[in-house]
Amino acid sequence: MKLRPLFLTISLICISASIFSIFKWGFHPSIDFAGGSIWEISLPSQPSSDQVSDIFISQNISLISLSPDSGHYTLKFQNIDQQQKINLDTEFRQLDADFSQQRFETLSPSLGKELLKKTISAIILSSLALFLFIGRRFKDQAFGISAVLAMLHDTFILIGSFSLLGHFFGAELDTLFVTAVLTTLSASVHDTVVTFDRIRELRFKNFKTKWVDLANQAVSETLVRSVNNSMTIIFMLLSLAILGGDTTRWFAIALLVGAVLGTYSSFAVAVPILLFLKKKES
Amino acid sequence: MNHNSTKTKKNILIILLLVLSCLVVNIPDWVTLPWSYHSPPLKYGLDLAGGVSLAYQIDTTSIDSQNLSPALEALKSNIEKRVNLFGLSEANVQTSSQADSHRLIVEIPGIDDLGRAVGLIGQTAQLKFMGESSLSPEATSTATFADVFSLDTNISGSHLSRSGVQVNPNTSQPEVLLEFNQEGTLLFEKATQQFLDQRIAIFLDDYPITFPIVQSVISDGRAVISGDFDSQSAKSLSAQLNAGALPLSIDLIQQQHLGATLGQQAINKGIKAGLVGLFLVCLFMIGNYGKLGFIANLGLIVYGLITLSLYRLIPVTLTFPGVVGFILSVGMAVDSNILIFERMKEELRNGKEWQVAMELGFGRAWDSIKDANTCTIITALILFNPFGWTFLSNSGLVRGFAVTLLLGILVSLFTGVFVTRNLLRVLAKQK
Repeated sequence: MKLRPLFLTISLICISASIFSIFKWGFHPSIDFAGGSIWEISLPSQPSSDQVSDIFISQNISLISLSPDSGHYTLKFQNIDQQQKINLDTEFRQLDADFSQQRFETLSPSLGKELLKKTISAIILSSLALFLFIGRRFKDQAFGISAVLAMLHDTFILIGSFSLLGHFFGAELDTLFVTAVLTTLSASVHDTVVTFDRIRELRFKNFKTKWVDLANQAVSETLVRSVNNSMTIIFMLLSLAILGGDTTRWFAIALLVGAVLGTYSSFAVAVPILLFLKKKES
Repeated sequence: MNHNSTKTKKNILIILLLVLSCLVVNIPDWVTLPWSYHSPPLKYGLDLAGGVSLAYQIDTTSIDSQNLSPALEALKSNIEKRVNLFGLSEANVQTSSQADSHRLIVEIPGIDDLGRAVGLIGQTAQLKFMGESSLSPEATSTATFADVFSLDTNISGSHLSRSGVQVNPNTSQPEVLLEFNQEGTLLFEKATQQFLDQRIAIFLDDYPITFPIVQSVISDGRAVISGDFDSQSAKSLSAQLNAGALPLSIDLIQQQHLGATLGQQAINKGIKAGLVGLFLVCLFMIGNYGKLGFIANLGLIVYGLITLSLYRLIPVTLTFPGVVGFILSVGMAVDSNILIFERMKEELRNGKEWQVAMELGFGRAWDSIKDANTCTIITALILFNPFGWTFLSNSGLVRGFAVTLLLGILVSLFTGVFVTRNLLRVLAKQK
């Protein structure tokens, strides 16, 4: 635990970077949160982007983005109703007789607010359940508090990192990101519990040893396991992020960031907080 | 010692039998067997199989809270009938309620025409029974069908409790049977009195489907429509009558259409990514733990077989995130092994014998394994939302991920501890 100042610095840098990015650049919410439409179509005659966006102007639908890729177009625009969709279909069939569509989604913004509410309640419920479980399991609230604080640390940095990734690489916040955040909660606690278990076990054997020494020993004994286990998860997620295709890429990356943070925080955040709480106790 | 080794033998036998039955469950379709057997198919969700998903806001202002829940139930079953009417029996219809907001969600896999799906659900089918009015002969020549049948009997789809098909014993012709509820029975009795020897037309969405002559007063609430039916047209009419009118009006708020090709690409990419990742994990385990790592890899294969079998048997509907959950759980499955092997290494360093170190490793690591996995199970359960709590997500995507993660953890506890432990005991004996 000589490295505590270093860990503190790393965590502070990550947290401030997250805060900075969230306030400066915000997020790129997907239509899951913001409402709107996403449409993937093929137009083999490859009309220009202007021709495509003219249709939207004529239909009075505000087009948010248009990315053509050799006859394949991904369009994002406002939330529309069934009649507007039929009109669009007709217009595009006129533009290109071989027009075909692969994917269409349209969501009213009200659903986004609901998703946000549900996400927050899931995070609160998970934190509470994990806090209670760990507190009971270790018969010591200090363990529960440190584990949950480390978990919130991970969650916050994960969210912040997606603000940065959104600004620089266009990563969007969607339902899957929410799932990744909640998975990070459990991954974070998973590693912390293994480390805490060892501290408890060592304390059983040497009741008089100082908490700092117990923690040092526990961390050095569990570190290899934590890192090795992270490695196997990183292998799986990395190959998914690289080979798994566009649909799950950001989901895999979010899980990856969460897994790394979870391992890091188990020894670099949870244990120092526990020591801090124990120091106050004595 | 002797006792222990028979126990190990028994356990190994159990594992072998389990692996064998898992293999049987997972026989791929392209393998032709001498006897007729098909392994239960993997079920793919909408995002992988392609299809249409629609969400409707239900307008409940016209109904008081007492009648709300039966009305929602009726709405759901009517929509189900409508969808099934078009031969889309795979469709999944559900209602979800949150506070005062009620939604209807319809998922139809395998159809590629969003407009048609919206059309067939959104149409406000209304069933009406109209009596023939006596028009003067001059008027009759110019009258439209609706003019002729202009006398409303006040019977509507909501008065019909059931419609079915039966065969008339005298003529062997198929007939369509109508059964009315209590209120409908009274109204129908009145109507048959009023229009005895005249026609009553049945309209579905203002379109006349049949106009039989009333031959007698009917007071038992059962009516038979006979006519030129073959069994197909009788069935289709009965289905249309069953579908009836919607008790509540609905408003489309979300549409989703996914082409099947995207799903197939995603499955292929997911399989490729999973295999590459698996290969790396196996390599890593052998590189780090040698023989032990090899045993862990065997455990991992058993893990894969069991999970796939469970997906087929339960069955679990696989979605994009579900595949990610599975791939992630493979990475997590070796966690128990890593914990145990690290413990073993420690005990070996302390000068214990290999076999003793192994048993100690398993015993001591068990506490950590149990606690750590309980935490993951808690979160997976909150994501899966088994009781359908409305303040949590009911999204199929989130649940698809949670269910594969949850199964993964449970199976990995079994393979990581029970399977590898017994395999290692066999290895220990050979030393």
